[in-house]
Amino acid sequence: MQIEHAATLAGPFTRTRNSIPRTMALVMLALTPATLFGLWQFGWPAIWLFGVTLAAALAVEAAALQLAGKPIGRSLFDGSALLTAWLLALSLPPWAPWWIGVIGALIAILIGKQVFGGLGQNPFNPAMVARVALLIAFPLEMTQFVAPAPLFSAQASDLGEGLAIALGSQPIDALSGATLLGTVRTELGQGAELGTLLSDHFAPLAGVFGTASGSLGETSALLLLLGGLFLIATRVISWRIPLALLGTVALLATLMQLIDPAHHAGALYHLLSGATLLGAFFIATDPVTSPVSARGQLLFGAGCGALIYIIRAWGGYPEGVAFAVLLMNACTPLIDQALRPRILGRNRRGQPLEPELPETRP
Amino acid sequence: MIKIHGIRGGIHPEGRKHLSAGQPIEALPLPALLHIPLAQHIGAPAVPLVRRGQQVAKGEMLARAQGAISAPVHASTSGRVLGIGQYPAHHASGLSVPTITLQPDGEERWHERIQGVEDPFALSPEAIAERVAEAGIVGLGGAAFPSGVKLDLRRKYRLHTLIINGSECEPYLSCDDRLMRERPDGVIDGARIMAHALGVERILIALEDNKPEARAALAKAAADWSGIQVVKVPTRYPMGSERHLTQALTGVETPARALTADIGVVVHNPATAFAVHEALRLGRPLVERVVTVSGGAIARPANVRLPLGTPVRDLLAHCGGLSEPEAQLISGGPMMGQPLPSTRVPMVKGSNGILALSAAERARPEPMPCIRCGQCVDVCPCGLVPLELGARIRAGDYEGARARGLTDCMGCGSCAYVCPGAIPLAQLINHAKGELAARARAKQKQAETKRLAEQRSARMEAIKRAKREAMEQRKRELAAKKAAEAAAKDSPAATEEA
Ligand code: SF4
Ligand code: SF4
Repeated sequence: MQIEHAATLAGPFTRTRNSIPRTMALVMLALTPATLFGLWQFGWPAIWLFGVTLAAALAVEAAALQLAGKPIGRSLFDGSALLTAWLLALSLPPWAPWWIGVIGALIAILIGKQVFGGLGQNPFNPAMVARVALLIAFPLEMTQFVAPAPLFSAQASDLGEGLAIALGSQPIDALSGATLLGTVRTELGQGAELGTLLSDHFAPLAGVFGTASGSLGETSALLLLLGGLFLIATRVISWRIPLALLGTVALLATLMQLIDPAHHAGALYHLLSGATLLGAFFIATDPVTSPVSARGQLLFGAGCGALIYIIRAWGGYPEGVAFAVLLMNACTPLIDQALRPRILGRNRRGQPLEPELPETRP
Repeated sequence: MIKIHGIRGGIHPEGRKHLSAGQPIEALPLPALLHIPLAQHIGAPAVPLVRRGQQVAKGEMLARAQGAISAPVHASTSGRVLGIGQYPAHHASGLSVPTITLQPDGEERWHERIQGVEDPFALSPEAIAERVAEAGIVGLGGAAFPSGVKLDLRRKYRLHTLIINGSECEPYLSCDDRLMRERPDGVIDGARIMAHALGVERILIALEDNKPEARAALAKAAADWSGIQVVKVPTRYPMGSERHLTQALTGVETPARALTADIGVVVHNPATAFAVHEALRLGRPLVERVVTVSGGAIARPANVRLPLGTPVRDLLAHCGGLSEPEAQLISGGPMMGQPLPSTRVPMVKGSNGILALSAAERARPEPMPCIRCGQCVDVCPCGLVPLELGARIRAGDYEGARARGLTDCMGCGSCAYVCPGAIPLAQLINHAKGELAARARAKQKQAETKRLAEQRSARMEAIKRAKREAMEQRKRELAAKKAAEAAAKDSPAATEEA
């Protein structure tokens, strides 16, 4: 601590007005439109689930900090636990029972983050750790999707019913439907024609506006894209990971569609469905678990994109974002070591450059 | 127009130059006392030439340079030498250093030997460098490296370009801006004289694009001369770093551990150019400079021309004093400047600004954990990974930090500026650099001690050996003597017997 003291006597004496809580707040702000839309679309059960997940995360975070003997106030309100829970909730089936949210929050905060030492220390994205753990432990609950039933519409459940669904005491009698990715995958497996499938199920506009079935916050591509662009514009995230990720997905999808159009849908399908956009702008860009250098981020984004596509096309699950991000998280330390920036005045191996005299230049 | 090349990293701190940039340069009234330190430059301190009580004229040399890298100091005004002793330095440590205290007599009487040169361009380059050195001119941008030495580089390097670094990229500072606006002819003339000394044909004067007035003034003053280009560079900190500006203007990167002279470029500050102009044309040594006084806690921000040795206190008083007693005093800019422990310290050649930052301006929250956002990596103009350096330094692994480029850090502070976790990265890095330097010194000392000890034990060994040999010699002699005696005893007996 003596070093820190000596350090605070020296400059620089000015700093950005940016801070970690501000960064987290901006990300949540960027998520708000897509979230509100999702909550409106899936009604009271989703609202209950969302609230329970966030509350549980805060409670777990507070307990963990208490246990570790760390100051609670500052860390609890740095926004990181809230954001983790928020991202987790957005990736859950909207009518999942409350305990899915609670267990998810517990896994995300405790196993995903605090056991590694808290903020900044976790190697894997906590929300995705929880999502994958839930998917493996509760495959049924995690794959029951409903068709949207917007609040105040005829099909919507009211407050009480919503609570009952969230509590799991009322069976979901609404139209239980799989996600687009799930449907297409299952039926392709059963020998259906991709062309008919897509024309039956894939409505790009529904994907753009988010009126299709899917996870709580993943349905509206448009709102997620706007949120992501907002984050890039405010420099909370850089463009590198999202662009590399989306670019790679689009490239691979286009390529495979050209090679085998009967079995592979095109770029638009992959970009608009599932967690692609949420993952590209909000999950893969998690600073803690992604590389720090520019080239590292490009590689990381491209790796995520490739894995997403590979898992979707040939893996055992219809959706691959969570797995892809976790796998790339595991590579982050390696990428950071391998792709460090070149030091000014040195070559990539660290040797000083040769002086360049005017004669050698045209 | 020349092409501006990209440089790596950098930040856009809030400039806050509007506080002082509109204020014309004003002269400070003579202070009651001047404290003129003997070391206002990089290199060996000057050696005093005056005695206590001696009357001196303005511009008279008070102390001469010693050694290859050094600079003399001169009387900033006429008056009496009150003493030569220890006085608090213009430095964060506040330690006392050898200083000449001068009591002005108010006459401002120049030394009679002060005389300009009719035509500096008729002088040899060596003669110019010598005059610049004699005038005590050092880098006025803050580095305070003796300019005479830097003008003599053509003996060792093949030079092609002189860059006048008018970027003034630190926030708040506006003294170079004002000087270029108000004395463009002097700056251009000084630059031409320096180019002559360096033997180069090409002069680039670079200004950040936030100084259109200075650019226009210089362009007008330079219009009569060929080979001078006034260039606009983007406003970005640290554009004013020698290597980065050189790269922006020439596209060539200065190798690590080398000088810009290795790629044929010498960089000087406009205030230095102006000082060279005055030294050659008027014969005046460096006895005054322009500084910016600014910051939220300064009642009346200004650009002030002051005699060297002026106590900071007098300067602040001239600018209306501090509006906040707890203000953070800084010498230089807020990025690379250093804190000043007291207002007693004198203004020196290398100090280009005095800032008093209000609590709101310098707010530095408690550090939070690193969230690996990579922003410090993005902004580092030297291609380092500051978060990693910081982590290693905090863990006490200074050697590990060195292996990751610690010594390639130029100390610009961009990483600490941008960190959302308010982690004092640059401060940690500076601390580690100091620690490594101290260790190197200690190691050198240890080696020296060991060498001496070895020499001593070798000497002792030699003495012992000599003693032993002497002893053996004696023993042998003794034995020989005994044998001889015995023989002598035997023989008479034998004779007797015989
Ligand atoms: S800017 Fe700060 S928080 Fe971000 S990576 Fe660097 S040290 Fe960590
Ligand atoms: S202080 Fe050093 S490490 Fe930090 S940004 Fe500047 S050069 Fe890079």
